[in-house]
Amino acid sequence: MAATSNPATEQYNFDIVKKFAVMTLVWGVVGMFVGVYIASELAWPFLNFDSPYFSFGRFRPVHTSGVIFGFGGSALFATSYYVVQRTCQTRLFAPGLATFTFWGWQAVIVLAALSYVMGYSQGREYAEMEWPIDLLILFVWVAYMAVFIGTLMKRKQPHIYVANWFYLAFILATALLHVFNNIAIPVGLFTLKSYSLFSGPQDAMTQWWYGHNAVGFFLTAAFLGMMYYFVPKHAGRPVYSYRLSIVHFWALSFMYMWVGTHHLHWTAIPDWTSTLAATFSIMLLLPSWGGMINGIMTLSGAWDKLRTDPVMRFMIVALSFYGMSTFEGPLMSLKDVNALSHYTDWTVGHVHSGALGWVAMISFGSLYHMIPRLWNTQIYSVRLVNLHFWLATIGVLLYITAMWISGIMQGLMWRAFDDFGNLQYSFVESVAAMHPYYAMRAIGGMFFLSGMVLMAYNCAMTIRQGQRAAQAAPAVALASA
Amino acid sequence: MLEWLAQAENAKSLGLVIFFVTFCAIVLWVYGSKKRGERLEQHKNIPFLDDEDESKDKFHG
Repeated sequence: MAATSNPATEQYNFDIVKKFAVMTLVWGVVGMFVGVYIASELAWPFLNFDSPYFSFGRFRPVHTSGVIFGFGGSALFATSYYVVQRTCQTRLFAPGLATFTFWGWQAVIVLAALSYVMGYSQGREYAEMEWPIDLLILFVWVAYMAVFIGTLMKRKQPHIYVANWFYLAFILATALLHVFNNIAIPVGLFTLKSYSLFSGPQDAMTQWWYGHNAVGFFLTAAFLGMMYYFVPKHAGRPVYSYRLSIVHFWALSFMYMWVGTHHLHWTAIPDWTSTLAATFSIMLLLPSWGGMINGIMTLSGAWDKLRTDPVMRFMIVALSFYGMSTFEGPLMSLKDVNALSHYTDWTVGHVHSGALGWVAMISFGSLYHMIPRLWNTQIYSVRLVNLHFWLATIGVLLYITAMWISGIMQGLMWRAFDDFGNLQYSFVESVAAMHPYYAMRAIGGMFFLSGMVLMAYNCAMTIRQGQRAAQAAPAVALASA
Repeated sequence: MLEWLAQAENAKSLGLVIFFVTFCAIVLWVYGSKKRGERLEQHKNIPFLDDEDESKDKFHG
């Protein structure tokens, strides 16, 4: 528990990593709380309080932006700045610019949330921010790219470790996606309203080219970068196959860009684009599972760690959910399956098995590994980590099971015909049938949120412990001199 | 030549061929030579190269 001189904390710029790590916890609690609230609104509608400021429509993007960009984004900034320094064995390039990325990114999340609650949204999924916020994102992202690439360029290690390739692909792809998805003409300089440059099916295809690649590069490639550093590091053994990680990287990068249109099956888009997207989605199964196997097999010969180490458990369960959701995704991209699943809660369940099971779990594991090292101490309570693991696992399982049942039931009810060829159920009957599963989903979310709150507490105590030990160290040194 | 490329159906097929050939070349490059394979596999140790200062496990103490 005593703080000793740690060359790593002196050699590298950990201040910026600490800032982002703390904000990851803050946005995790806030974003997941809003998620539980809107899930509860669907189960118990009185929670809307007949006020537009509390309505599902305004809170939903607050939740998605809070968890994807606030929690996930901050986790990626923190871990990418940590990993790139440690694997390149050099300090971060342009620390002032890195600090700008911190304040700029936090401003983006706060401004976005405020604007959504006030009713401002450009109506593009996962990109609801209006044009001035989009411009701020652009400046922050260019600064991020400069810091990351600058650090790679001054590396002392000749080879660029594969985790950095994934992070770099995420940074480049996100820049590309953000710019092209948000090309819009503002109505005026002093108004937030703007209109997209694209229209009709082109606009829809641009949106889902962005939407699915945000999943592919922001929520997958970047977190794979996290996985390729933190899983081997925490397991204390190198990744199973470095060559497989190279093929994993290129296959994922080549294939992801083509699959967005599978979100638009059976709509006005050209049929060949649907088929192309479904074909590439099926092919994506290979690199996805290759990567999952590479991560899990890293533990080969040390499986006993799963019994004793809850952080390792977080990481391996995250990889298992990655495998499961990357199997479910291609399945749902098949046109016939999609005819049943589209517009139903099955999609919501699928997204959350990836977002909670994969993205959040690998972030939890990585942060539990990284935070004690940043503050040069040990984790405050391993028992709380273990409790968090079970709360999170039960929460995800409740959530996705509820959404599977609810979604498949919805799809079947909407397509059921009676003997006379009329629709068998009215829409409101399908809503009533979903109610128990909406309550079950909200409870699953509450489990997950409770785990997140425990983690925030555990990490806050860890940080306090590290700070106290650091303050005490000079005094002890003076006394013994 | 430029006119031929400007037509979407030509550019799409050419793009597919270029990407597919590049991907095959990468796979061949990665798995084609035993010596190169061994060299590539050595890079997996990079995360452990700055470990001297972290001999104790920060998680379990």
